Amino acid sequence: MTHQLKDGGQVLNVGMLARVEGEGGMHIEIKDRKVVSVKLNIFEPPRFYEGFLRGRKYTEPPDITARICGICPVAYQSASTEAMETICGVTTTAEIQLMRRLLYCGEWIESHSLHIFMLHAPDFLGYDSVLEMAKDHADVVNMALRLKKAGNDVMELVGGRAIHPVNVKVGGFYRMPTLTELEGLKPDLERGLEDALAAVQLVSTFDFPEMEQDYNYVSLRHPDWYPLERGTEIVATSGVRFPVAQVGEHIKEFHVEHSNALHASFDGEKYFVGPLARYSLNFDQLSPRCQEAALKAGLGETCRNPFKSIIVRTVELAYAFEEALRIIDLWTDGHAPSVPVAPRAGEGIGASEAPRGTIWHRYKIDADGVILDAQIVPPTSQNQASIEADLRLAAEQWVDLDDHTLSHRCETAIRNYDPCISCATHFLDLRIKRS
Amino acid sequence: MTDPGTTTPAHTHEGADGSHTHGDADASQAPTAPARPKLAVWKFASCDGCQLSLLNCEDELLSIAGAVHIAYFPEATRAVVEGPYELSLVEGSITTPEDVKRIHEIRAQSGTLVTIGACATAGGIQALRNWADVDEYRSIVYAHPEYLSTLDTSTGIASHVDVDYELRGCPVDKSQLVEVLAAFLGGRKPRIPTYSVCVECKLKGNVCVPIASGQPCLGPVTQAGCGALCPSYGRGCYGCFGPQDSTNTDSLTHQLRKLGMRWDDIVRVYRTFNAGAPEFEAASNKVAAGGAS
Ligand code: SF4
Ligand code: SF4
Repeated sequence: MTHQLKDGGQVLNVGMLARVEGEGGMHIEIKDRKVVSVKLNIFEPPRFYEGFLRGRKYTEPPDITARICGICPVAYQSASTEAMETICGVTTTAEIQLMRRLLYCGEWIESHSLHIFMLHAPDFLGYDSVLEMAKDHADVVNMALRLKKAGNDVMELVGGRAIHPVNVKVGGFYRMPTLTELEGLKPDLERGLEDALAAVQLVSTFDFPEMEQDYNYVSLRHPDWYPLERGTEIVATSGVRFPVAQVGEHIKEFHVEHSNALHASFDGEKYFVGPLARYSLNFDQLSPRCQEAALKAGLGETCRNPFKSIIVRTVELAYAFEEALRIIDLWTDGHAPSVPVAPRAGEGIGASEAPRGTIWHRYKIDADGVILDAQIVPPTSQNQASIEADLRLAAEQWVDLDDHTLSHRCETAIRNYDPCISCATHFLDLRIKRS
Repeated sequence: MTDPGTTTPAHTHEGADGSHTHGDADASQAPTAPARPKLAVWKFASCDGCQLSLLNCEDELLSIAGAVHIAYFPEATRAVVEGPYELSLVEGSITTPEDVKRIHEIRAQSGTLVTIGACATAGGIQALRNWADVDEYRSIVYAHPEYLSTLDTSTGIASHVDVDYELRGCPVDKSQLVEVLAAFLGGRKPRIPTYSVCVECKLKGNVCVPIASGQPCLGPVTQAGCGALCPSYGRGCYGCFGPQDSTNTDSLTHQLRKLGMRWDDIVRVYRTFNAGAPEFEAASNKVAAGGAS
């Protein structure tokens, strides 16, 4: 499907990139076997969340910002509740924090299993979709559906609903699930943990293209846990580390012409957030079982091959099952679902680890709790420059492959990021121009 | 900014079956219609949550894929089979000039067109721009607002083309979505209740939230479908399924005032995920204009 351009160059149109959340475009231009430009275009019409959050009440962001993304609403709910609690000078209880972590485990399980098996694995196994894959790999697909459902069940019980949970509020929850209800989840979670550990080995047998980049990984870090619903610091491979409250001094957003999503830089350079970054900066905080599974699957304590993100994601999937079970085992009934939060004027930041990377929110509110200013920085916009760098490297490295294979590699390279461009995108139209 | 060539599916999946079935859209013919009607899932400005509801039907997904031919669904598959499509599910609202054109193209190649979710039926949360100065929004969020092409409004699909059925919710309810698919396949009307969330709440035996705890609740004016989720979790309904058939918003406004709410808070309560639904829009405008009833 290669066709000539007026200027003598070539455009290979392999259609829109599928199996990502949202739609966008990509443009690769090759001249004399050299890559001259690579652009990830995000066309999603802007939805102006930061605009209309102004004038809303400090209690509203958990419900409103959840609607930025149907795949990772809890990430938005967690970051926004934390920001508001910081501003209002309120600390919630240990139980509320645990329940938030459990809800977040549900989201990780749901989102990671969706991405691993339904969006990404078909690339490695040579199918257009999971539905086609089901014809030859029925047991894998049935396992995937079971895993995903177990995550949704956690979200439905703890959050009230799997998409846009209704039970989250600034200060905690409207209602705490009971121990009996939570224990009802255990059989499926136990089975899920076994399945996920087996899946780590399964995905590690895929054929991975050789490609490594010298990424500056950036992730939340918590002294006691693998970062998930919150962290105390932001750390980077470069060695820079600082408290979450200072994130605005290091991470700057900027607007480029070819994308409707803002780009971002870390101390002036491109950087990388997401499972590979989390894993490589927090390997020591994984459970012994997950560490062992990771090493057995051939991962080192850091991983620099973006195509292997599918293995890292599966390790995190197993970790989320283990954490969910650990939290349920710790649980006792009788805790207050929330603490009261009265508004006070100020500004604050909340951050969490969405399945696809660090997300942070900054709000400024007045004494009545009316929002004066809001800034929301999702992972995919932070990763745009890294995605482009990967595409450039892939195109350079595999320039001699036929267009079809090269295109497929490039698509897979984008899906490595599990980009959630629904907050920003319309069509991802992959074009390779050769001249 | 968008490449003109990107508004239609760009490649055809070679060897895909079902591409010869013709586009007979008459649902009443369904029993004799060709096996496996073609389904397309489209997205406009939205969060992907409603199409995710389809993938969240873990127990039903493989049977759905057996009953309909998933011909176009970029979130789930690279394969693209050209239209016409017997059934199109449309998520998201219309917010750009390109999308106005695209929805007409989709209507033209769809037998039955069903909108799913609050964005597609009422413009979604982003319809809040309909009350604002979009140029100001642009400059709040973007350093170079001149790069963007966007409309001043966010509107539901039915404001642009004829729609055969609207499924409410932010997001849609999974079982209601399955019911719509089953009804399409069976050539009958979907059985979706049009009564209020209050009825579901009573059926569940919930305590009435505003009465018990004084929190505002839009249940009396909101269409059922969620199983009275919020009241079951001890909070008032915030109207994510949009207005019920015959709402009495004046009476609700009066009740909210009795709970001690300020006028500006009542305006906010009506203006969330279904702010652009005519009943909620009118009620909020009435309150904003200086109190109501
Ligand atoms: S209606 Fe709600 S759930 Fe559906 S796409 Fe819009 S924001 Fe997402
Ligand atoms: S109770 Fe109301 S706000 Fe809550 S889920 Fe149901 S319709 Fe939506």
